[in-house]
Amino acid sequence: MTGKVITITSGKGGVGKTTTVANLAVALAADGKKVVCIDGDIGLRNLDVVMGLENRIVYDIVDIVEGRCKTRQAMIRDKRLPELFLIPAAQTRDKNAVSPSDMVRLCDELRPDVDWILIDSPAGIERGFRNAIAAADKVLIVTNPEMSAVRDADRVVGLLEAEEKNAPSLIVNRLNPSMVKRGDMLSVDDVYDLLRIDVIGIVPEDENVIVASNKGVPLTIEARSKAGLAFRNIARRLNGEQVPFLELESQGLWERLARLAGRK
Amino acid sequence: MSDSSLVQIKGLRDGLLVTLGDAAWMIAQEALINRIEQQPSFFQGARLALDVGNQVLKSAELSALRDSLSEKGITLWAILSNSPTTESTAQILGLATRIHKARPAEAPVAKSVDHDAALWIDRTLRSGVRIEHPGHVVVVGDVNPGAEVIAGGSVIIWGRLRGVVHAGAQGNREATVCALDMSPTQLRIAGEIAVAPARQGPPKPEVVHLKNGRLQAEPWNPG
Repeated sequence: MTGKVITITSGKGGVGKTTTVANLAVALAADGKKVVCIDGDIGLRNLDVVMGLENRIVYDIVDIVEGRCKTRQAMIRDKRLPELFLIPAAQTRDKNAVSPSDMVRLCDELRPDVDWILIDSPAGIERGFRNAIAAADKVLIVTNPEMSAVRDADRVVGLLEAEEKNAPSLIVNRLNPSMVKRGDMLSVDDVYDLLRIDVIGIVPEDENVIVASNKGVPLTIEARSKAGLAFRNIARRLNGEQVPFLELESQGLWERLARLAGRK
Repeated sequence: MSDSSLVQIKGLRDGLLVTLGDAAWMIAQEALINRIEQQPSFFQGARLALDVGNQVLKSAELSALRDSLSEKGITLWAILSNSPTTESTAQILGLATRIHKARPAEAPVAKSVDHDAALWIDRTLRSGVRIEHPGHVVVVGDVNPGAEVIAGGSVIIWGRLRGVVHAGAQGNREATVCALDMSPTQLRIAGEIAVAPARQGPPKPEVVHLKNGRLQAEPWNPG
């Protein structure tokens, strides 16, 4: 196995990076793949809570980097999926406790034993962001159909281009089709128009996401919600499958999404 | 050549200025790292401006250096270079390319920008990128909101202009700005500032220049 490192980032906070990581990880692991998630948000960790693994943390990523434990010891196995692991962030340290080359070393160590390594980036474009993208083979940028989130995503795309990373892909999260229809929300086309990067997923707004993250059970595991399905489709696209975008509501939107997919 | 002659260090008001001598980049870089490792406490927490002379550097090289410096607790904030390629690489990485004290090598502001070579940029400028050039600037691509182009001369955008452009930044009132879709956040020519009115209808190529002290846009008409 040669694991692929996927970093999920956004620039802006609160757009759904952690939710995306948790759900993609569950979707990939449910498909029989071995997946390790790394929480890159040292000092403000969340991924453990969303995955419902908070109470099992003994060692964290800083312990690995500083040699207090073996990598394996800090990998927490998921409650439901035996092939899903989490390396939590340290809560009592800051981003400077880990360097970009530490992340590269850690991922290189994990790569032979796993299929996917998903890194949850912190918001912002400083040290934590640079740690998160250092080892990435592929970067997914999460944005919301909202001007400020799209502007920040644009900044991140620019930084990735400057670092000569592979072209990132875009996830438009929390799309509300009826608001788009009324013209009160940016459409996927509007977002694409500015960013001009490949769209790998469109996730509709869904109350179940909040319920699920409070329960610590990623949506993708159980509920038959549209958001869960959208995340599963993104996972399939990461595996190289051609999956059409969800029909979110009106035909008009569907046609536009189909056009968008064809444009790639 | 010994490390000490390759790496010259000077204190500045707001940090250190390190000048690297002419040698292969690998050697110069290694000399710098060696020098830092000899006096780690001196460099700890320093803000570093690096004069790389004539080196032509790719962004991978600059970002690798920035990362290895940051691991030693040093912030690289500026790259000074004689090479326009290196300068634009540094700008893309978000590093400054000027420090307050003007470099002696830098020519004073040219009276006529006509003789300056234009800077050619053939990609989209995204948010956070700032391009500064004493002459003309040509961008083949879009200028997105949050990106800035500051030119001593005129600016041509073969794409959509949605960010900020300042033409004639050193006072040249003859400078113009052209774009295929003129929807800037803000436009400046010499000392005058304007905000574009919301565009009606489909985009059309426009030219903006100064007329009676005000910025005026005119549609571009072939022939």
